[in-house]
Amino acid sequence: MKSNTKIAFVAIVLCFVWLPSSLSAFCGFYVAKADASLYNQASRVVLMRAGDRTTITMENDYQGDLTEFAMLIPVPTLVQRSDIRVVKRSAIDHIDAYTAPRLVEYFDPSPCPRYSRGGYGAGGDECSPLSPGGGGGGRSKSFDIAREGDIYGVEIEAEYTVGEYDIQVLSATFSAGLIAWLKDNEYKLPTGAEDILQAYIKRDMKFFVAKVNLERQSASDFSRLSPLQVSFHSKKFMLPIRLGTLNAKGPQDLLIFVLSPNGRVESSNYRTVNIPSNSNVPLFIKDEFGPFYKAMFNHSVEREGMRTIQTEYSWSRAVKCDPCTTDPPPPDVIAVLGNLGDGERAAINPNTLHITRLHVRYTAETFPEDIMLTETRDRSTFQGRYVIRHAWDGEIKECEEARSYFRRLRDRHEGEAENLARLTGWNVNNIKAKMRGTVAGIEMEDEDRGFWGSVKSWFGID
Amino acid sequence: MIGHRLKKWHVQIVKQSGHIEMRNLLARLRRTDPRHFQIFALAALLSYGIGLLQLDVDPIQAIAILLTSLLVQYFGNRLTSDRPYDARSALISSGSLILLLRTSSLETAIAAALLAVGSKFVIRFRGRHIVNPTNFGIVVVLLLFNDAWVSPGLWGSVALTGAALMFIGFLVVQRAERSDITFVFLFSYAAILFGRALWYGDPMSIPLHQLQSGTLLIFAFFMISDPRTTPDARPARILYAVALALAAAWGRFALYEPTAVLYALILLSPVVPVLNIFFPGKRYEWPSRSDGTELKQSPPIVSATTAA
Repeated sequence: MKSNTKIAFVAIVLCFVWLPSSLSAFCGFYVAKADASLYNQASRVVLMRAGDRTTITMENDYQGDLTEFAMLIPVPTLVQRSDIRVVKRSAIDHIDAYTAPRLVEYFDPSPCPRYSRGGYGAGGDECSPLSPGGGGGGRSKSFDIAREGDIYGVEIEAEYTVGEYDIQVLSATFSAGLIAWLKDNEYKLPTGAEDILQAYIKRDMKFFVAKVNLERQSASDFSRLSPLQVSFHSKKFMLPIRLGTLNAKGPQDLLIFVLSPNGRVESSNYRTVNIPSNSNVPLFIKDEFGPFYKAMFNHSVEREGMRTIQTEYSWSRAVKCDPCTTDPPPPDVIAVLGNLGDGERAAINPNTLHITRLHVRYTAETFPEDIMLTETRDRSTFQGRYVIRHAWDGEIKECEEARSYFRRLRDRHEGEAENLARLTGWNVNNIKAKMRGTVAGIEMEDEDRGFWGSVKSWFGID
Repeated sequence: MIGHRLKKWHVQIVKQSGHIEMRNLLARLRRTDPRHFQIFALAALLSYGIGLLQLDVDPIQAIAILLTSLLVQYFGNRLTSDRPYDARSALISSGSLILLLRTSSLETAIAAALLAVGSKFVIRFRGRHIVNPTNFGIVVVLLLFNDAWVSPGLWGSVALTGAALMFIGFLVVQRAERSDITFVFLFSYAAILFGRALWYGDPMSIPLHQLQSGTLLIFAFFMISDPRTTPDARPARILYAVALALAAAWGRFALYEPTAVLYALILLSPVVPVLNIFFPGKRYEWPSRSDGTELKQSPPIVSATTAA
């Protein structure tokens, strides 16, 4: 009798998006990472599209009481038990890390002739940062802002075992009685859920329910729930986000990773824009890349009125990453994310896949409709990439060229501060104050110039 | 006292002359070729898209589309001796192509322009072209080339206010007898969207969001309103617009094709000559030729109210 009185809570999920009342605390973010861990209330979903077959892998961060947890997942067509499985989180982590916005570090070469013929600004090798202050060679080093953890440890569950979940696939006829069934089974539906469920049922969407099997969950080593995966054949290429907005307390973040054989994926019913990228930023961002990216994303979302989807990465797997944050997802990971059998694995060449990373912050008001997706034929490359450049650590007296180098350096630092202010909305004076500790060349330049030096500099004479 | 009276007269005179000037301006606007306004509107949309919406236009592609369109128009006019060379339609076609077609290759862009303007001289029935040139160019390229696409979400919904203003202006200039097709199409499509939302029990924010699609508005005002490829008689135009809306909605919601409007228009184009047989009407001609002479068969342009 006691169990009857217990009210199970249906965390209605879009695919993974729910916000039970118990989850409110910000889990903290990890500096120098610009992956999903930056955002509270963030969900990740990986879609692999091949023809009309879509495989969705959904990850959730539920941290409340598992006895009260269930997910209701709408899918466009009826799914078989074998279409649903769990995968290890590391597969999503790999895609997340591989596509995450990245910070790139460059070192200025010496401006003096004995070290470098071209001097500062005359570079232009393949790896030069895209900087408004002029190109420049130098050692380049990419900052791996990826998560650590095992990358290849992807486990494929047996067909009829779905990890720690009890799956209830609701048959076609059953979907019509879904609401009654949920109520009979004492699932508590958030306000407004019935209307949306009705709308989905009328659209001929099907459902399955995933509940946590507590025995299996406690037997596993993981405190977090495994990502659930479902595959289906349907022309519908969309993400049902409406249910997920119901018990949300505020805006939610959603990271969508799409592997498509044709090219970049964008939304057909919301504007998809590129995140501001390829900007030179001050050196101190090296230690604050996480907060920087978060602030920049917030600023960008505000500017667009929270009505756009932002592309953070769009790159063919065949094209070498530049720089690589981690190894390209190996065929194993792709097979897991695409739920590919042996035959399908042979048929799909991983190198033909184009990987798109979309980031959206949404509320029910700004995203009233489910997100419809469309594959473009765009195979050009784009990534969120930010550049820091270390100044040459030599002395101004070392050579004639050093003088003009330091003058340009000062302009470059100005530009970096302005870039950062523009990208994040931070106060430019605060940024400059913060930069002073790390910027050596500015004062030296002023001291050494003298009166005639200043007059000459007005006319551009060194 | 006298000064005050003088001032009053002066104000009155200015007011009256302002009124006359306004009427003259309206009269002149109505007399002007709607294509001038269309070219202006396309240029404004392009600037808005490039400046504020991250519309990624490759200048070389844009120039190639423009030049190809003008060249094809020139040789088309010369070879068919259909009418004297007139760049305006080619400008509109290339502007719409630059706005709507996305491609990563120059060849595809040129092919689209070639197909678009070329179709006017090749796909003809009883001395007039059948398909909307831009529509034809885009659809063929989408089907045959693997590096072309259309971004229906590109214009978002923020463009609505600006677009609405522009379209109202367009309607002032465009003679009302031919803008009925745009109105009927938008009305029918809206009715389908709202009806659908009512049936599903969706909040009205959903159909409103769908209606605010900038791409839909560009299509409705710049593509299906093309008076040369729409039926001649009003009843036929209304039928045609409703059929277009039904086909577009069916493609969008039943076949999940985001660019269904484009396919709907091209597939229904052959119906126009048939409708013209059953519903005969006066064929539309642009108000003036490039040499400035009025066309004889064109209906009177200046109405009685603008005789001033």
